[in-house]
Amino acid sequence: MSSIKSSHSPTFQETAKLFLTNKQLRKNIGYATQTIREKRKGVVDEKADWESLREAGQQIKQQVMRHLDYYLIQLEESVLRAGGMVHWANDANEANRIIADIVIQKQVSEVVKVKSMTTDEIRLNDYLAKHDILALETDLAELIVQLAGDESSHILVPAIHKNRTEIRDLFRNRLNKPELSDKPEELAEAARGYLRSRFLKAKVGISGANFGVAETGTISVVESEGNGRMCTTLPDTLITVMGIEKIIPTWDDFEVFMQLLPRSSTAERMNPYNSFWTGVTEDDGPQEFHLVLLDNGRTKVLKDQVGRETLHCIRCSACLNVCPVYERTGGHAYHSIYPGPIGAILTPQLRGLNDKSAASLPFASSLCGACYEVCPVKIDIPKILVHLRGKVVDENKRNGTLANKFDPEHLALKVVAKTFQEVSRYEKAQKMGRFGQKIFQKGDKLQNLPSALKGWTETRDIKAIPKQTFREWWEARDE
Amino acid sequence: MSNSKLEIMNRIKSALDDRHSSEKPGDIIIPRTYRRTAKLPIESLLNLFVERVADYKATVQVIDHGSVISSIENICSQKNLSKVVIDGSLSSDFRPSNVELFEDQPSQLLSYAELDSMDAVLTTCAVAVAETGTIALDAGDGQGRRVLSLIPDVHICIVKQEQIVEIIPEAFQMLKKSVEKEGRPITLISGPSATSDIELNRVEGVHGPRILEVLVVR
Repeated sequence: MSSIKSSHSPTFQETAKLFLTNKQLRKNIGYATQTIREKRKGVVDEKADWESLREAGQQIKQQVMRHLDYYLIQLEESVLRAGGMVHWANDANEANRIIADIVIQKQVSEVVKVKSMTTDEIRLNDYLAKHDILALETDLAELIVQLAGDESSHILVPAIHKNRTEIRDLFRNRLNKPELSDKPEELAEAARGYLRSRFLKAKVGISGANFGVAETGTISVVESEGNGRMCTTLPDTLITVMGIEKIIPTWDDFEVFMQLLPRSSTAERMNPYNSFWTGVTEDDGPQEFHLVLLDNGRTKVLKDQVGRETLHCIRCSACLNVCPVYERTGGHAYHSIYPGPIGAILTPQLRGLNDKSAASLPFASSLCGACYEVCPVKIDIPKILVHLRGKVVDENKRNGTLANKFDPEHLALKVVAKTFQEVSRYEKAQKMGRFGQKIFQKGDKLQNLPSALKGWTETRDIKAIPKQTFREWWEARDE
Repeated sequence: MSNSKLEIMNRIKSALDDRHSSEKPGDIIIPRTYRRTAKLPIESLLNLFVERVADYKATVQVIDHGSVISSIENICSQKNLSKVVIDGSLSSDFRPSNVELFEDQPSQLLSYAELDSMDAVLTTCAVAVAETGTIALDAGDGQGRRVLSLIPDVHICIVKQEQIVEIIPEAFQMLKKSVEKEGRPITLISGPSATSDIELNRVEGVHGPRILEVLVVR
């Protein structure tokens, strides 16, 4: 079973209300997302061939998903040929067990980790902790989250919800540096000092993968701080966990993705460090390399012909930064390691719609479409959101309680559908509505609709039905 | 075949039951209409590279072939660098004489502790990209193992003007052979190590070299 998080989490809507009242959080996230939005626009606008790159990115990923079985076998062969080992994991538990077995065999109590969404998804750190192995996060933001005992709230910048003062207080306390100021330079320096010796003596490194090339077996990690280079170069043993969808067919495909990803992600022309390794190289880097290929619900996503393009995601997080919903609620409201628009379509598909919390996510959107516009591989997120909403309703009808089956909203929408089919019924309904709305009308808006209709007026304006329709005006015009 | 592999394969095949048996990998022609070749003249390539590297807060100087060693020596004396690591294959044309040089050799690899005690590393590169201000290392001559350019705090990198290409696709084409034929590791470096993890503000200098000195040789 997927373990993106326990299935007892509350729904997005329940939690969002709470987070909306946290002014500091809204300020931190609002500031950060606005900064990166502008920077991204700047570096994307300077690429005249951006749309061609997006198009190519989309097509390459589509090709991979269409023949995922072929490319996975090809990748396995390539990695083996280059001196690596390949493991297959059906789910989180199996992946964790494979990794723990390797670490235990090396007789170490600490491993260094590159920031990786996939290892967060399988909750690897918790699993290793149960075996008395500390998985030390080395990315600055992941380290902040780890030291605070907190949860990530952004794909790229997990500690985006914390401002510099909060981070200073955490470091003063946990790194035993009472003199520390809140200057980002000093905070980064503190992290460097804390991790340096631990990098140098690490025996096992664990990473995710941004891309895996089927034809050559090359794995790549994209990063900024150099912690990724440390973890993938210094230890004797390297374990990489890669979702099966992260494949690209050939080396040439980097031409596309190494342009799309940095500009969409950190909003730079290029991020500071990109590492590419192919199996093991004598006298250079780890002499033992394990690649763990993870399914954990991905084949379920592949089965849905509308939803499958969710697997094209390269985890850039551009969609989070432009989303008006994410900007206001922050990432924790999504109760998943994958927040924001991409999380709203990925989490419910990975976890399944019978998970109440996950099933609430497709509704965490105004369907404004900004996510689709910035997506570097053109995932039509709004279309999939609507598709999943439909599936949630169907699921409730099929498997829900009696109350779900006779849900007033559902019955009401059935009546609406009937009404819209016939002109005469529609016009009758308009007349009734005009009469019925009077007590809720204020100016040209409706307010405080009762019971089941409450949701329509609670958080948005709804226009009142006008005194005269266009058709009525047209009829009356010559008289 | 392991059980899990078989199970994953079976799930993929059944998930793709809308696939026709005539469909083959590679039969979707990827529209590579993005730019794959340079259009800038050589002289502007150099200027663009210099401008873009400087954007990352790296230091960059353009020098003539005859003054490579003296430029390296200047950097070392200005920055007070006395212990410098190089790969054994580094050409004698590039070796400064005012510092203690430590050679990393296949027969005698320096330990991490030794590398950590170095003030700087001096390398060449495989290719450089003007548009993004990127330097690519492929463990070739003059570059050595990946750890050399990772552990010391200062990285001095020599780029020959003719190694500069304009855009990313050109660089990946040039690196292709090292990977496909020899399986060499590749590292792309764009400026000193940095983080944007605190309020999305970029800060230069985290775990990798905090200072990057680029010398472009005309």
